[in-house]
Order: sequence, then structure tokens, then C-alpha cells
Amino acid sequence: MLSVSNVTKRFGGLVAVSDASLKVDQGRIVALIGPNGAGKTTLFAIIGGFVTPDSGRIQFEGRDITGMPPHAICRLGLTRTFQIVQPFAGLTVRENIAIGAHLRHRGRAEALERAAIVGEQVGMGPLLDQPAQSLTVAGRKRLELARALATEAKLLLLDEVMAGLIPSEITEIVATIRKIRDSGVTILLIEHVMQAVMSLSEEAYVLNQGRMIAHGTPAQLVADPTVIEAYLGHGAAERLKQESDNA
Amino acid sequence: MKTTSFGEWVLYGGICAYLLTLLVMPSQLWLGFTINALIVAILSVAWNLLGGFGGQMSFGHAALFGTGAYVTAMLQVRWGINPWLAAVAAIVAATAVAGFIAALSFRYGLRGSYFALVTLAFAEVLRILASSFEISGGGQGILVPYKAGLANFQFADRSTTYALVLFLVVVAMLITLAVQRSRFGAYLIAIRENEEAAKALGIDTFRTKVLAMMLSGAIGGAAGVAYLQTYLFIDAPIAFGSTMSIEALLGPIIGGAGTVWGPLVGTLIIHGLGETAKHLVSGAPGLNLVLYGVVLMVILRYLPDGIVGLARRIGPRRAAPTAMPEDR
Repeated sequence: MLSVSNVTKRFGGLVAVSDASLKVDQGRIVALIGPNGAGKTTLFAIIGGFVTPDSGRIQFEGRDITGMPPHAICRLGLTRTFQIVQPFAGLTVRENIAIGAHLRHRGRAEALERAAIVGEQVGMGPLLDQPAQSLTVAGRKRLELARALATEAKLLLLDEVMAGLIPSEITEIVATIRKIRDSGVTILLIEHVMQAVMSLSEEAYVLNQGRMIAHGTPAQLVADPTVIEAYLGHGAAERLKQESDNA
Repeated sequence: MKTTSFGEWVLYGGICAYLLTLLVMPSQLWLGFTINALIVAILSVAWNLLGGFGGQMSFGHAALFGTGAYVTAMLQVRWGINPWLAAVAAIVAATAVAGFIAALSFRYGLRGSYFALVTLAFAEVLRILASSFEISGGGQGILVPYKAGLANFQFADRSTTYALVLFLVVVAMLITLAVQRSRFGAYLIAIRENEEAAKALGIDTFRTKVLAMMLSGAIGGAAGVAYLQTYLFIDAPIAFGSTMSIEALLGPIIGGAGTVWGPLVGTLIIHGLGETAKHLVSGAPGLNLVLYGVVLMVILRYLPDGIVGLARRIGPRRAAPTAMPEDR
């Protein structure tokens, strides 16, 4: 469904993403993990059309979308959320979601109606008439999700929708994401909350210093020495292994 | 949908009552003042579409107003074209100028104060051009010969002019209402609130902003046409000077930016205040500008939603938004 091939992006001297490739098949939940500063969000920005890559190609449903503007990519059915939530602060939850719904529904009343349905779907039913700026962090993350979902995307790019949430909220949003996938939406997500990655995704990619260093099931990856070293530093895998052997 | 509060009914009712009374029982003194305020109100409505709804604060709406006025004047006086045709051409020209300014500014991603400065620069350039060339009357401006009659778009009777200007204000406000209730309006508000998020949700922000500016240009051009046909004279400082640009934004900001009634409410209030000040303290020209400044500061500090925002909070119909229980 989505294929990113050999994408590179430099900001001045810094190589944010270097020769990264990944593939997302239809109907799956795929995770993109990696330490802070690995280039995950940059890669999302590239896929979403917010940043143009220096080289490499992005294909969505067989169509080359490299260099297309964000709104055009969104129209094709690929929508992203933002790690740093970007609500339309002065609007209510319903109006926020309606902006997303407008992509496929021209009429105002129709879009507002769709917004209510999507709002219910992500568990924001009672909050529909609250101003977005009065929402808690969990509420804002949900709103990001709802708005993106309202565009009736085929592929959702979720950038850390669980960061800053307490465990009970994470359990809720994990269930919501699974429900969204079951309704036929493919999902690519960036996540630090490993518990969520393990339980949600069938497949994960690991990005470190702009490079794709590993790919596999989450269970394989947490045992992968290169992945452990990416997070914990050189030699960490070796030490961990020794410790567990001694124990 | 938001319901209309008691305060709003009183405010809008009062304004309608005043404007309609003047239509039925004309008074020369009040007509002169109100016609002038209403012409500015049309330009304010134009500004509000882009600045109030779209959040793109123009500081050079005089460019659109002036284009409207100058094109009508030049076509009539220099080429003898029928004033009604000239008016249509002027509105088209102002729309084109708006589209050009917007396309150029937004193409390069100008926002906030940068956009404001560029629009100001365009108005200034037009002001200098208008006062430099023979064809636009140079420093003297253009005087349209007085030939009253419907065919000439000139009216001997002030009440007729008033009715026409009032009609234009109503049309401009109806356009605003239509925008507010459309997807286009929702997109403009989305851009004002968060442009990145708007892009991510499939909004072509460039196109939306340029279209808003062009619509604003058409209405602003109409304001210029109305000015010319009322006073039969235009010169560069009136048409393109910063006074007009400032008045265009004062009305909506004081009245309530991004609302249908805000521009009219704000313009009537500041013009009323300015006029009162002139009568109370004669011999202090420019005092009204000082007063505008003071009013603007007070409004921005205490009533960021303007007078309309204040009216909305008065009365039982719509409670002020309260913080969420889980937030406190």
C-alpha cells in the first residue's frame, strides 16, 4: 500500500533520514520505533508531503507521491497526525473534526454530522461541544486521531498518539486504534510506548540516526542486539546477555 | 449552531432600527455621517473575510478600495465609459489586484506581520503611482463631473445614495454569512487556527487564501466604487493612504473579527465616537485618530472578541464557555 524507497533528507550538514526504506501492507498496523532524534517524525513529514526528500521515492497505492503537496496526498487517502498536537484551538471538538470530514463532504451540516459519528467512534461523544483548548492532553491526542480519521483516510500516520498518557488512557487508545484498523484503515505509527507497540503491531521498523537498522515482529526486535544497542549504547546487548546468563 | 443571545438581539436590533429610521426619516446631518461610515463598513466587511475568518491580517486594504475608486473614475472621465460598466470593471480590477497580491505573498509563505507589511507596501506603491501619472490625475486627483441621474450612477438626493450604500453593506454581510456557513468558511477558519493542521487535513491553503483575498478584493473594490460615486472625487492619499487601510481593520477588530456583524458594529461605533469627539473638542484635528487608538487598545486588552463577543455573553441564551470539569 505504502512503499518508501531509499529516502534521504539532509538539513544542512545533518542527515536526518538516510537511505531509509519501508513497506506497509494493506490492513496492517505497522510501527516505526527508534530512539529520540532518530528521524522518525522527519520521515513522517516526508511521507505526508510536508518535507521534500533530497532523494528516494514514496509510492502510495502504486502511485508516486514524492514531492506532492500535503493536501493532495491527503486527498488520495493518506493522513497524518502531529506529535505536538495541533488543534484548531478556538473551535469545538465537533467543529475540529468537521474540518477533516469536509474533505469528502461539502455540506456544512453533513460534515458536522459525520464529525459526531467519528467523535463517538473514538470515544469523544460527551466532549463534542467542548472547545478544543479546554481538552486534556489525552483529549487532544484523541482529537488528532478523530480529525485524521474523519478525512476517511485509507492509511493513517499516527505520530506518538500515546505520548504523555497514563496507562489507563493508553489501554483505551490502543483499543480505539485496533477498532479503526478493523474498520479497514491501515495504520503506520510512531511510538515510544513499547507496551503499546508490542500489543498493537504485527510488524515494526527501527530507525536509528536516520538509518533503518531492523525490521521484524516486535518480539524479534526487542531481542535484536542492534536494536538494543541503538537504545542503550554500544556493548549493551553483550552486557545484558552476560547478566541474564549469570542470573 | 449557536443561538443569538439577548445582547446580540439588542445590539443588532438597535443598529437596524437606526439605519432603517434614517431610510424613512432622512436627516441631512446624520445621512452624511452614516453614508461615510457605511462605505468604510463595506471595506471592513471585505477585510474581515480575509483577516477575521482567514487570520491573514492585511494592512493595505486601501489598495483594493483605491483600485475600485480609481478604475471607475478613470474609465468614466478619461474614456467616457458608462459609470455602471466602469463600476463592474473596477470590481473586476480590484479582484485581480487582490489575487495578484495574495498569490505573490502566499506563494512565498508570507504570514503574520510579513503579510501585513507586503500589503502595506502594495498600497503605498499604488499611492505613488496614482499621484505620479497624468492619466490618474497626478497630485490633483480625479473629479467626476456632476450629472445626476440613474444612468450616470449619481443621485441628487442623499437618501438615494444612502439606500444604495446600505444595500451594498447588506449584500456584503450576506456574502459573509454565506461564507461562514460554507466549507470555504470552515477552511478559512481552520487556516486561521492552525495552518499546518489544515494542510494535513487536505486543505489547499494557498488556494483558499488567494480565493478569500479575491473575494475581499471584489467587496473592497465595491467600497471604492461607492465612495467615488458618492463624493465624485478621488485622489491618491484618500484612495491608497494608510488611513483607509487602518479604518478597514479597526471596524472588524473593535466590532468582532470573524463575525458577520462585527465590521458594521465596529465601524459605526468608532465613527460615532470620532464624530462626537470632533463636535465636543473643535479645533483639534486628528483627535479622532487618537481616540481610535485608545479604543483599540482597550478592546484588545479587555474584549478580544470585540463588541459582538461582549454582546454574545449578555443574556441567558448562550452561557459563556466554561472550563471542562476534568480540566480543573
